[in-house]
Amino acid sequence: MTQPARNTGRTPLVELDDVSKHYGGVRALEGVSLEVHAGEITCVLGDNGAGKSTLIKIIAGLHRHDTGTFRIEGEDIRPASPREALDRGVATVYQDLAVVPLMPVWRNFFLGSEPRKGSGPFKRLDVGLMRRTTRAELLRMGIDLRDVDQPIGTLSGGERQCVAIARAVHFGAKVLVLDEPTAALGVKQSGVVLKYVAAARDAGLGVVLITHNPHHAYLVGNRFVLLKRGRTIGSHTREEITLDELTRQMAGGSELDDLRHELEGEGL
Amino acid sequence: MTATAPSADERLTRTSPLRRLLGRPELGSVVGALAVFLFFALVADGFVRAAGLSTVLYAASTIGIMAVPVALLMIGGEFDLSAGVMVTSSALISSMVSYQLTANVWVGVGVSLLATLALGFFNGYVLTRTGLPSFIITLGTFLMLTGLNLGFTKLISGTVSTKTIADMEGFSSAKALFASVLTVGGVDFKVTILWWLGLVALASWILLRTRAGNWIFAVGGGKEAARAVGVPVDATRIGLYTGVALAAWIAGQHLLFSFDAVQSGEGVGKELTYIIAAVIGGCLITGGYGSAIGSAVGALIFGMTDKGIVFAEWNPDWFKFFLGAMLLLATLLNAWVRKRAEATT
Repeated sequence: MTQPARNTGRTPLVELDDVSKHYGGVRALEGVSLEVHAGEITCVLGDNGAGKSTLIKIIAGLHRHDTGTFRIEGEDIRPASPREALDRGVATVYQDLAVVPLMPVWRNFFLGSEPRKGSGPFKRLDVGLMRRTTRAELLRMGIDLRDVDQPIGTLSGGERQCVAIARAVHFGAKVLVLDEPTAALGVKQSGVVLKYVAAARDAGLGVVLITHNPHHAYLVGNRFVLLKRGRTIGSHTREEITLDELTRQMAGGSELDDLRHELEGEGL
Repeated sequence: MTATAPSADERLTRTSPLRRLLGRPELGSVVGALAVFLFFALVADGFVRAAGLSTVLYAASTIGIMAVPVALLMIGGEFDLSAGVMVTSSALISSMVSYQLTANVWVGVGVSLLATLALGFFNGYVLTRTGLPSFIITLGTFLMLTGLNLGFTKLISGTVSTKTIADMEGFSSAKALFASVLTVGGVDFKVTILWWLGLVALASWILLRTRAGNWIFAVGGGKEAARAVGVPVDATRIGLYTGVALAAWIAGQHLLFSFDAVQSGEGVGKELTYIIAAVIGGCLITGGYGSAIGSAVGALIFGMTDKGIVFAEWNPDWFKFFLGAMLLLATLLNAWVRKRAEATT
């Protein structure tokens, strides 16, 4: 079950093979494998403490893995910083860390990659271009802002996630890593965000969607990797698994059956 | 959390020009400055005369030169409690190096520039390396510099002030740059007013129109988010502390060349003055919001209150009361602005 679910012959955009990570004596990840292809969404599911955050930190370049291989477009790498991962086309959107709330939308959109014009000491931000591009890119994702000067904190949580995703797409990300993008959102806003995730996939990006919600995952996912206590407990393509089975495995699978028997036993 | 369909956005984001004006960080301070001006114009004779205004502007400029980089630093989310005594340190270094080497004073001024920038760099470097609060680190630098200022001055000159360097080579040209008086239309203006306005313009340019400015807002408003998108957070913060040091050097040279000797105990307590000017000017004490122009208005309020009380022939003891009231009002206004800016709908 720990083998990649399907070997298509194509080189995956991102491939983890038998990757492990220990923090001191604590095993955070043990032999986890996954692959992400262009135009596909790989969902990583797991409960709290399953190792989802560790996995995302390795792919984002915040932590280095101990053993196993991490390939981006077939090349073995150990990124030393988020910047290096970013330069290789891996953009990570964090749930709480996506934006700086008090800054205007357009400043947030270009933060860290600001376009400039002029030369020498008069090199300055190309504010006009930044404003226009922000508006156009957001419009493309269906967010119509009259005023890109408003602090991004005035947008709803879902819209903020969408701005962060639109930013990653605009800056030429090949792989989008989304950390629980729907965790803090209501039903309707989750739908909006998932729509943009699907839009990013259709634009040809590979997406890693970290979530603990199998319903959200099954709506958009092509591959599903289930983690538990740092180990892979399941790796499936969409054809191989139903939503019910995914939900059952996610909820603890056989453990849940045991629990049901136990509870029913007590009930009698 | 309100579910917001994209189609409903126009409704939420409609802003009138008035509302936009209300969102400016300087607004509260400008209203405050007008009120203070009118108040003293009515109660104090000579306040609105040209000579009176020139005095006010000079008082404002000596605070304003330092309030500008302190405001930038505060927007970047940090404090510098050593800013006040650093001005004195910078003046002492110029004076003592020139005197001891019996060199051209410009040598001392140059050494002082390098040494002061190194002090600023030290603050920033220790902050980024240790991750300790800047309050503690710069409190440490503040105390150490206070001690060094007194200790070294006594050790070298035997008294608490430096020896005069007025008869040394280069003194007059340095004085022309840092402490001259310009006469415009029969009224004397100190050159520090130009330094001040220049720094405000430069800081506003950096803050609003450069990449570094974007980073300063981001570092103060969301350090982790900034790091995640590739902003060089540590370099930005070190740069901000070096900026404070640069302004401390300018203010220090003014201090030296306007009196030709320096009292080593000066500068203690000034650091709070700069912070207050920045806060009155609309900087959020928690970072991420504010403006350089605001800090200038804050310094102007300081200057007007300080000199207005003298012109009104009141006991200057009242100055502190006015200042305290102003600070409270400004902070309340800022808190209200922040709530508006962070509201989700």
